[in-house]
Formats: sequence, C-alpha cells, structure tokens
Amino acid sequence: MSINRREFLKQSAVASAVAAIGLSVPLKLKAAQEKIESDWRWDKSVCRFCGTGCGIMIATKNDKIVAVKGDPAAPVNRGLNCIKGYFNAKIMYGEDRLKTPLLRMNDAGEFDKNGKFKPVSWKRAFDEMEKHMKKALKELGPTGIAVFSSGQYTIQEGYAAVKLMKAGLRSNNIDPNARHCMASAVVGFIQTFGIDEPSGCYDDIELTDTIISWGANMSEMHPILWARVSDRKLSNPDKVKIINLSTYTNRTSDLADTEIIFKPSTDIALWNYIAREIVYEHPEAIDEAFVKKYNVFATGPVDTGYGMRMPDHKGFSAKELETVKKEAKKILSDAEGTTLAYKGYKAGDTLEMKSRAGALKHWIISRDEFKKGLELYTLDFVANLAKGDPDESIDSFKAKLQELANFYIEKSRKVVSFWTMGMNQHQRGSWVNEQAYMVHFLLGKQAKPGNGAFSLTGQPSACGTAREVGTFAHRLPADLVVKIPKHREISEKIWRLPSGTLNPKVGSHLMKIHRDIEDSKIKFAWVQVCNPYHNTANANHWIKAARKNDNFLVTSDPYPGISAKVSDLILPTAMIYEKWGAYGNAERRTQHWKQQVTPVGDAMPDVWQIVEMSKRFKIRDVWGAQNIPGLEGGLPDVIADAEAMGYSPNDTLYDVLFANEKAKGFAWPDPIAEGFQNTEAEGDKRTIKGSDGQDWKGYNFFIQKYLWEEYREFGLGHGHDLADFDTYHKVRGLKWPVVDGKETQWRFNSKYDPYAKKANYGEFAFYGKALKKMPQGDLNTPDKEKEKYDLTNKAKIFFRPYMDPVEMPDKEYPLWLATGRVLEHWHSGTMTMRVPELYRAVPEALCFMNPKDAEKYGLKQGDTIWLESRRGKVKTHVETRGRNRPPKGLVYVPWFDEKVFINKVLLDATCPMSKQTDFKKCAVKIYKA
Amino acid sequence: MKKEKKMATRRDALRKMLQGAGFLGMGGLAWGGYIDEAKATEVILRPPGAITEEDFLKACTRCGECVTACPYDTLKLAEPGDNKPIGTPFFEPRKIPCEMCTEIPCVPVCPSGALDIKSVSTLDEESKKDKLDINKARMGAAIIDKKNCVAFWGIQCDLCYRACPLMDEAISIEYERNERTGKHAFLKPVVNTEVCTGCGLCEAACITEKASIMVLPLHLITGKVSDTYIKGWDENDEKRLEDADEQEVGNSDKALEYLNGDWEDLIDE
Repeated sequence: MSINRREFLKQSAVASAVAAIGLSVPLKLKAAQEKIESDWRWDKSVCRFCGTGCGIMIATKNDKIVAVKGDPAAPVNRGLNCIKGYFNAKIMYGEDRLKTPLLRMNDAGEFDKNGKFKPVSWKRAFDEMEKHMKKALKELGPTGIAVFSSGQYTIQEGYAAVKLMKAGLRSNNIDPNARHCMASAVVGFIQTFGIDEPSGCYDDIELTDTIISWGANMSEMHPILWARVSDRKLSNPDKVKIINLSTYTNRTSDLADTEIIFKPSTDIALWNYIAREIVYEHPEAIDEAFVKKYNVFATGPVDTGYGMRMPDHKGFSAKELETVKKEAKKILSDAEGTTLAYKGYKAGDTLEMKSRAGALKHWIISRDEFKKGLELYTLDFVANLAKGDPDESIDSFKAKLQELANFYIEKSRKVVSFWTMGMNQHQRGSWVNEQAYMVHFLLGKQAKPGNGAFSLTGQPSACGTAREVGTFAHRLPADLVVKIPKHREISEKIWRLPSGTLNPKVGSHLMKIHRDIEDSKIKFAWVQVCNPYHNTANANHWIKAARKNDNFLVTSDPYPGISAKVSDLILPTAMIYEKWGAYGNAERRTQHWKQQVTPVGDAMPDVWQIVEMSKRFKIRDVWGAQNIPGLEGGLPDVIADAEAMGYSPNDTLYDVLFANEKAKGFAWPDPIAEGFQNTEAEGDKRTIKGSDGQDWKGYNFFIQKYLWEEYREFGLGHGHDLADFDTYHKVRGLKWPVVDGKETQWRFNSKYDPYAKKANYGEFAFYGKALKKMPQGDLNTPDKEKEKYDLTNKAKIFFRPYMDPVEMPDKEYPLWLATGRVLEHWHSGTMTMRVPELYRAVPEALCFMNPKDAEKYGLKQGDTIWLESRRGKVKTHVETRGRNRPPKGLVYVPWFDEKVFINKVLLDATCPMSKQTDFKKCAVKIYKA
Repeated sequence: MKKEKKMATRRDALRKMLQGAGFLGMGGLAWGGYIDEAKATEVILRPPGAITEEDFLKACTRCGECVTACPYDTLKLAEPGDNKPIGTPFFEPRKIPCEMCTEIPCVPVCPSGALDIKSVSTLDEESKKDKLDINKARMGAAIIDKKNCVAFWGIQCDLCYRACPLMDEAISIEYERNERTGKHAFLKPVVNTEVCTGCGLCEAACITEKASIMVLPLHLITGKVSDTYIKGWDENDEKRLEDADEQEVGNSDKALEYLNGDWEDLIDE
C-alpha cells in the first residue's frame, strides 16, 4: 500500500478524532496507520507527573523513546497534555542520568562516611546495604531502619516495599512523601466517611455550575483539569461561576469571577462563616432529609499542639525555641480568645497542649451543640479576621464572602469545591478538610453528579500507591491499619505469615523519620522515588543529621538531587517507561502501562532493588523476638509457627514474600505482554551483573502481575475492588471500586455505587467502616457515661474552631512566607530541570512579593536578597511582577530549585492529626544581599 | 541572575576593541565591511529608549556605556560577523532577554541621545517630575507563530504569558472552547503590540525548539492604516484625525487624457 505523508497525516487525524469519540477505527484505516508507523511503536502509558493522571501514548524506536502524544482515547485528557506532559519523552535522557551504583569510599576502596562517591558493582552495593541494615537492626531492632517511600512509586513498587518492610522486616517505619501532600486529606476522609478517597470524579467538572477553588492553584498545578474548568465556564459563562480562594493572587484568578484573598489559616473561619450562614440565616437551605438520615455531628479537642517536638528536646537554637515553646503551651490571641470561648478560654489565657497524643480523638455531639459552636462566625467577625489584602476595603471583602456563601446556599445551584495543598499543608489541615464536607453535607451537595467537596491529589500515584497500597507508617493495603488486630490478621493471611508477625505499633511518619535519624533512633534509611532531603521543612537539621550522625543512607534515584548528595550509597534507578507499572490518580482511576524500553546504563527498577534486598535476609534473622520501644513485650518469636506453616528458618524473605508458589504461578512470558520486555522477569539485552555478581537473567515469573493480583485480594469485596491485571492493559483506566467489570463514578450514591446499593440504606450509604462507633458528649468534652453512638452508613459533620498558626509575622520577622510549585517544574526538579526547554523557561525560583513591600524594604525588581527565618536563610531574587502577586505582608517562593533551598527556612510544624507539614506559612524577614 | 564582575572586565576589553574597529573603519577595507553590515539587517533589537533606527545609527557613538550598565549582560556591541552595524548595541532575547529593570540603567548613561530618556519616562503626578518607566519602552514587539505555538494545539502551556512582566496587558489569554475534545478549553496567548515592550522574556521562555513567539522590531511587524477611516465603535480612534494630513486635490491631465481617448473603443466593432 502506498500512502503519502499528507494523506497519512489526514488519516491519523481521523484516527485520533475517531478514537476520541469512542468509535472503533475502520480496519482499512488502521492497517494503513500501522504500516506507516511500522518504523516505531505506539503504546499507551500515563504521564509521569501530577495527580491528574493524563493518558499518553509513547513512541519507541530502537529501544529508545522517540516521542509522546496525548492519548486521544484517555477520558481525562483526550489527547491533550500540559507543558510537563509534553516533555515526557525527554525526561529519561538527561545528561547526568545515574548509570551505576555509587558508594562513598576512601582510597583503600572501603566505605567511608566522609569519602567521595565512586562507582561500585550492584553486588557491592547490596553487600554494603545488607551490612548496614543488619547492623542497625541488631542495635535498634525493626525501628532502627526506615524507608522514605513515595506517591510516585508504581503500585507494585509500593506494594513490594510495604511487604518487605512490614511483613518481612517487621518495621512500620515506611512513610511516603505523600505525607507532605495528602495526609490531611486522608484524615479528613477517614474521620468523615470512614474510608479514604473522593466520592466524586472529574465528570463533576462538566456537570457542575460552580467551581470553588480553596488553596488550589489549579491553573498551574492541574492544568488539564483547569482546561476542563475553563471549557465548562465557556459553555455557559453567565451561569457557571468560578471563585478562587487563596492567600495571594495566582493564575487561577484569571478565569475566576471572584477572587478572595484571605489571611493564612483563616480558611477555617471562612468555612464556619458559610456554615453559620446556612444554619442561622438560611435554615431552609439545609437538606433536612439528607442530614437527618446520613449525618451525625462531631467535634474534638483543641489543645493538640502543632506537630513539633517538645521544647525540652535538645538541638533547638534559641531562635527556634521562640516558636517551638508553643508546642507545650501557648498564650491565646484576641481571635482565639473569641473562638475558644466555648472551651472557657479568653484572650491572654495559656492553652496547655494536653491532647498532643490524642489529636485524632473525637466524639458525637448534638445538632444544637454544633449550631452553638458556629454562632460567633458572623460576617463581621470573620471578615475582619480573614481579610488578607490590606489594600482591599472591608466592605468589598464582606460582599465577596456573602456572595460565596450565597453560591453554596442557592438551592438549585450545583457546587464543587476543589482543594489541594493550601488546605492540606496546614497546621489544622485535617480540620479544614472536614469542614469542606461540613458545608456540602448540610446542603445535601455531596456524592452527587456535579456536587461535592473534592480533594485533588498532587502526585501521580498518591492515591493509587501511597494511600491505596498504604505505604504509610500506620497503614496496610486497602485502608487496613497496623494497630487493629483484625486488619493484621487479614494481612497475615493474604501474605501467608505466622500470626503475630506484623508489628502493631505505628511506625515513624516522614517527619519523625527525619527526627529519629537526628536523634540516632534510626540508623539505616532508604530513599525510594522521592527527594526527602530537598522536600522537607527545616532542612538544615535533617541534612546535618544525615551527614554527621552514625548512620547509613541509601538513595535510589535516576538523577542526582540533594537526597543522593547527602547519602552514603546511590542506586541508579530505572524510570517510569523503563519498567512495568501502574498509577492511580485523584479520581480513583487506576492505569497500567508496559515496559517500553530497556533502562539506561546499569539502572534497575525499584521492584528489583526491593526484591533483591529481600534475598539478603533469612527468616531466622528477622522473625525472632524483637524489641519495639513503646510496645510492651515487643514482637513475638514466630519462627516456630513459620516452620509449622512449612517454611524453613533458612528461607529468605525472597522465598517467602516474593518468589513463593503463588508468585511462580504467574508465568512469564504471558500473552498480555507479547512484544514487550520485562527486565525483572527475564533480564534484558544489557545482561548486567546482578546483586550476586552473576549475570542478571530474571526471576522467570511475571512478578509485576503477581504483585498486582495479590495486592487486589486486599480490596475485593470491601469497597476497594480493582480489576484484574489484564483488563487494565486493554482499557484507559478504571475508577474503583470496579465491580463486575464496571467502574464507579460517584461513591456512596446508590444509583452509581454497588456498595451503597448493597448497604440497602436508602439513596446514599456512607459505608466506610472506620470510626463508626464513637463516644458522645457536648462541644467541650466527651461524656464517658454515655453509650457509644453507632453511625453505620452515616458520615460526620465536624465542628472545628479557628486557631492561629503557631508562627505568625512579628516585628523581627514581619512577612508571611508561602511556598509551592510552578507549572513548568515537577517537585524538586530532578526530572524537569533536566529538560532543557523547561529549564530555560524557569531556571530559578524567585521571591514573589508585592511591589509596595519591595519599596518598603528598599528593594528593586531583580535585586538579590536574603530571606531569613528563625531556622535558616536563602539567597533569592526579587520578583514583583508575573504569575504570583502576593498582597502586602506575604512573599511566595517556589521550592523546585535546589539553589534556592527554601526548605531551610520553613518551619516543620504539622497538623497534629495528619502529621502533614505546613509548607504554606511561617514568618520571615528579607534584606538586601 | 545578575552578572559577575569578571564579565564586566571581559566586556570592557571587547568594547575597546570594537571602538577601535570603528575608527579604523574610517578608511580602507574595514569601512566596506561596516557599510555592508549596516545595510545587512533590519532585524535588530536596540536597547530601551532607542530612537528610530536611521537616527540611531547617526547618533550612536559606539561608546558601549549602555552595554556596561546592563546588569544582566543582555546588551552586546555588534562584532564583525554579527551582521549588524559594528559597535552598536543590540540584544537577542532568545539568548538573554531584557529583564526590564525599573531603574533602566542602560538609558541615562547614553551620552549621545541615541537612547532617549524622555521616551522611557512618565510624569510623576506627585513630584511633577519625569520618572523612568520601563513599561514605555518599545524595543520591539512579540509575534506568535500560531501554527507551532503548542497552546494553539490545546496543550496547556501559556508559558510566554506567565513570563511576561506585563502579564494580562502585553500578553493576555484568550479562552476558546475545544470542539475536538469537547471538554478542554484552549488557552491561547495573544500579544497586544501597543503595550508589548519587546523585552523578549516570552521568547526566552518559549518551550518549542525554535521559539514560536519572537520579538521583532516594531516597524517590521506593524502595519499602518490610513487616517481616512475611523473606527465608529471606538471614540479614541478619532485621535488619529488630529495628525492626519490634509488631503490634497489631485492635479493632473488624467481626466482630459481619458476623455479625449477614442470613444469608438467603447462599442463593438
């Protein structure tokens, strides 16, 4: 068949268009296309970057990626991408890609903490890891080791890592960078619904009338979703309203009908104002039938601290202590005197932080109590507290708040509230997440098409891996948690472990892993698919701890970043399209892809690295009795039970966890993989020398498929149902729960969700199982005399009061500092800073500030300044123009740029419930450098 | 971001060399080269405040003061081979754009008037004095190649827009529904050449292999409409009448020539 280029282009356009509207491509046309493309191969995959989860197609030729295109058949993006997605083809071939393991060594070739990095073999790398991991385990037990895990793991990687750590090494010290990103959202979900992740899906965008963005600069952070929001606005500009709530003007305001600039942390007061408008001024707007049947009211303690260490901890500077001392007790401000009056406090009183350990506790209250709590959040009070732009008049601000409330309240108006880091990275992040559901529930505008509070995710698999697999210190797959015996039992059964193997004591969350390393409670840590030494607040502490303490840090990374630089051993790691994998996006859509090309250099996939490590441990090394600080009696010796199950004490964790009989049942080759390679299963053309120094020839079974199929056993029948492996290779992702091959668009809604229907509770059923039997009490305290309240199939509406952030601008540090991302760069820039075009576009993180502030401090556009807090300082340049326009009193610095290492400046205060760091607020000063 | 001292030394040397070349050029072979380069290109971007190209070439003494003053190394003096009048200052935004310094260090140092300080100043209401205003600079204006600009494909880019110091004024975003996907709007950048200063931060930032937004001298990309038609929907447009030339009545033999032509030509044979 001869076909010229022009005709081909025409035909591909037709093919794309046809695919986009879901028709099948005429066979003749398809044949023509295949013939022309025979020189390269197209295959489906997903974008490497954010939580939107765009589908892409990858063209490979000669075992190299030559191009990508948006997947026209992908429902999320229909063939489009943002500017990061556009460069997926270039991320793997940066000039400083790591190609061989690197170990710090002295001249004699021995490991030396103060040596320089030199190339070593994979065998040597694993020998060193084994040595140092065993040393830490011997000295400190399972809590002496840790894994910095990730929301960018493939699902299989996350699952393998959890299994090795929790089932094999009996350590719960595995926690993801998603802790920095989604933990408050998770607490919000679990406390409100009893089950994680959103009720709605992206189709809500096309179905709603109102999009309200709370601390989510969607236009830069979720550009493809923003394109959908924009299109929805254009489809009916008069009816569709968009409101952007933020602490500074950003690009999301461009399209917004109204922009509301509020003071950091006062979003709590704004939500309460809206709720007060509903309850006091417009009770007719309450969906009584919904609330009565499906909701209960709840509240919790306020003296919960700010997630920092106590001031008596050694190692704080005098300057740091000025803030840290409030972790123990705090003198209440005027605002708090008002908002905590219901607890009997007044301004100037000292709030002792007595519930630091019990921050998650909550109890059921009556609707009247809830109403009482809201009373003081009047328009006047809230407007004066929350107005964030000193140059805006109070009347203008009040009018906007009133309009905002009216949009929510308008009976026939559908409303979606979106948020991301503004509400999650927040010292009361779990509270403010709960408040979003509070408003939507009162109005009956939740879990319905076009209506709902919708938590967006940052990372490509924060949902799919970090949350669903449970790569957190407290979690197991499918919403199970380590501290509930029944959950451990289920997991031990699926994993074929002796009873009692799993450690019931919650491990160290990400912030605590850093702190434990500083305190020498952890002496071996492995960084996987993240950059924790770049992305964690108060970085001076953690970097010093990494370099100066007696410990051994390993970083698996394709590129050299700060974490690699402060490590002792670096493992060159395969990137997304160099391995089989799956991601789950923010709308519960799971998407799989196949390995497209051979990894570069000696780089190997994370699954391989994790599984190879498991070969270095025998059951007898780790399944004996173990001491766990804080766990009475420690972990039991389960070796005898293991023998009774048919294991030998000399079996390795590889034999037990990864190469067991079930695993070997997944044969390689497999028809679904025809034409594609699998470095883990069969080795590859490089024949690298593996962890034993021998040629790597593969596991000889389809390990990724095995990991997937075993993982899905956790969720089947429990509302977390995923489809089988092969199905995902035939479709463009499916939104779980996937029941009888069908995905679920709106959860908890009996019309759409088979689990809600099955609950047989009515139109809706909030069937999440967690925290559904709760004590009762009043606004102030739980009443121990009262029986526990059973709220099966119901969701909670929380009352939460406004409280000040722990560090606020003062005379010495007069400015707020907020940080975040830019559209062009992904997180710490290890990938996007290697794409020349993206580097050229935004080579440096600038300090965005109000021109009047610049004038006030004698600064000009482009001036070099020091930006300093009680914890550290960085040099940066003044930007008074452009995409982010802060009000007077606030500066904004993106964090992608390691040359402007802003995390040295930030405070490591967290939400005391979620342990998620607040990257959006601390106090700084600036001066000319 | 801002340059280091050592760069300045290197540039001083270069400047002296080029000044020398200019003087040498008054006679002999080099002169021919100079003329050639002067004629060679119209596509040259001058520093802020530059007077019209023709006058600029006469006024500029090739002293290089503006180049020395530039804190970002944006400005260069043309060297042989640049295909530009040797020794005159220019910049190439794809390499280093003009950062639009608010204090415009390059202009006040110009000794010859080639860079006109008045043209980049506005009257300060309070002090009643002229104040430097970089936003008035007209170094050129950006144009977009809509065929290769990925925003026109539907890719969510608008990088030029975000790079623009006069965001929403010099470059704005036009939203348009995307019938192809049915649900992802186009966000297309549009340049307002009346506001664009020609700084080229957009061109520098553009992610296509060769920039799809580029700055050209204003006269090359702007058309001109005749003053004989005024937009009926725009009151301001009437201002054009203020400097409109008075139309003159024609005065030629054309009428008679026509009339006295053979009338038989009008009919069939």
